[in-house]
Amino acid sequence: MDFTLEPLGDTAVIIELGTDINLDTHQKVKTVSKALDENLYDWMIEYVPGFTTVSVFYDPMKINSEKLPYENVAKQLISLLKNLNAGEDTEARVVTIPVCYGGEFGPDLEEVAEHNGLTPEEVIEIHSNGDYLVYMIGFAPGFPYIGGMSEKIAAPRRKDPRLKIPAGSVGIAGKQTGVYPIETPGGWQLIGKTPRALFLPNGESPSLLKAGDKIKFEPITIEEFQNWEENEND
Amino acid sequence: MIKITKPGLLTSVQDLGRYGYQKFGVIASGVMDQTAHRIANLLVGNDENAATLELTLLGPDMEFEKDALISICGGDLSPKIDGNSVKLWRPVFVRAGSKLKFGGCKTGCRAYLAVAGGYTVNDVMESKSTYVRAGIGGFNGRALLADDVLEIGKSSELSQQIASLLADQSEEEKFAQVTWSIASEFMTLSESKPKARVIKGRQYDWFTKESQIKFFSEPFEITSKSDRMGYRLKGSKLELENEQEMLSEAVTFGTVQVPSEGNPIILLADRQTTGGYPKIGQIASVDHSLMAQLKPGDKVSFVEITHEEAQKLYLHREDQIQQLKQGIALKIKQQSK
Repeated sequence: MDFTLEPLGDTAVIIELGTDINLDTHQKVKTVSKALDENLYDWMIEYVPGFTTVSVFYDPMKINSEKLPYENVAKQLISLLKNLNAGEDTEARVVTIPVCYGGEFGPDLEEVAEHNGLTPEEVIEIHSNGDYLVYMIGFAPGFPYIGGMSEKIAAPRRKDPRLKIPAGSVGIAGKQTGVYPIETPGGWQLIGKTPRALFLPNGESPSLLKAGDKIKFEPITIEEFQNWEENEND
Repeated sequence: MIKITKPGLLTSVQDLGRYGYQKFGVIASGVMDQTAHRIANLLVGNDENAATLELTLLGPDMEFEKDALISICGGDLSPKIDGNSVKLWRPVFVRAGSKLKFGGCKTGCRAYLAVAGGYTVNDVMESKSTYVRAGIGGFNGRALLADDVLEIGKSSELSQQIASLLADQSEEEKFAQVTWSIASEFMTLSESKPKARVIKGRQYDWFTKESQIKFFSEPFEITSKSDRMGYRLKGSKLELENEQEMLSEAVTFGTVQVPSEGNPIILLADRQTTGGYPKIGQIASVDHSLMAQLKPGDKVSFVEITHEEAQKLYLHREDQIQQLKQGIALKIKQQSK
């Protein structure tokens, strides 16, 4: 596997696996993440996948070496990475996210439709039939950076960002779609809302999604939204 | 038990941070000034990672409902117990019924109040740190408010030794403090012209020659739009040689990133897990405490060091803290005799 290593300060190293967002690089990020899960170095605090990188945070005091900590970490990572092949595409998990589109949950649905010369129903049809991939989690706890939205429903960010976007809101910003796990301010066009929690602070994993997951958005009615209970759709 | 009677500007329960969950977008949180927090804990016989209260600029008022062993480290926010000044950087024994109040901020920006036994709040994702935006961790996932009551955990054997030593001295007094304090080299208090040591960032070469020179020669002011997430700086605008799109990747405490408008931002304890702005520099760990004690209006300069030097300084600082830890235990042992 091709890669480069570069320090991030004096306690972390960035493994760079490519320069563009694409499936090959994403596959490498997944492979490296899996290898790090399986090789629990005692000096490793955690790793953070990005679009083209995996950053490894380490505790310099847990590295026994005559050399400086970074040299030793780099040496161990090189010997792990040089033998890795990103070939095998492991079966991706598909996570269904029910969405109640439009109405008070999606106040910008009509605007997105108008912007693209579509009806709101067509926007829902296109959004809920996309082939979506979670490239990484960042920005907020459980917030997925999702690739794969059709450009037919792309829409610019709002000129006047909202001070509060409720948790669960599904939005569009440019060519991206996303779901807000917690209430935040933001300028995304809101097209709907999911009753499903993406941030689970007391769960086994605090995030419903992880890098590498596929997403299926499933339209639901307002009644289904109100009656929706966790664990029902899994 | 400690009862908060006035909350102060921003008082929150923090430990050394929440790790292992950044890949899920969960921020690290934790104290801003790790050195002051660790020393405050060591001085009362706690584990370094025990939760402390982080006080910001205007400290809180509180009442002790039981005897307690405390220490206050970091910025000097003028602590007083029942009207008498309390010294920083040393163990202090406080009798039940005493009132601790903080006045104005004399030096630094943040103080850490440790109590022997630590504050017993629930762990969320293996940490007691408060993450206000997500409403988790610390005391009910928020900063402290008036009438909050903090429970105290069981103190260690060392804590009990320090406490009984001081209790013997205090007799009728409301509180007693030791006459010694830790070496001044640990006291990262605001110098008149603070200089932070910085390693070049991953995108340093993207910046114009002029911006690179300015970054390492001109002071930058911490603006009022600064908080635990990051400090927004004001100074010379830093520009890229060519507009380049960057993809989001991990950032860390002390990362100096530059958005397109040209004013740098230093990322701190409550930073997001990933960032998409070019990184011009990375503040060496040894100077993170210095940054934590700067406040809006202060100016800071950046001095370039190599990655190798930063690592050596890191190891040296850790050695010093280990020695300090042993020194405190030894001092108590000698005095207890």
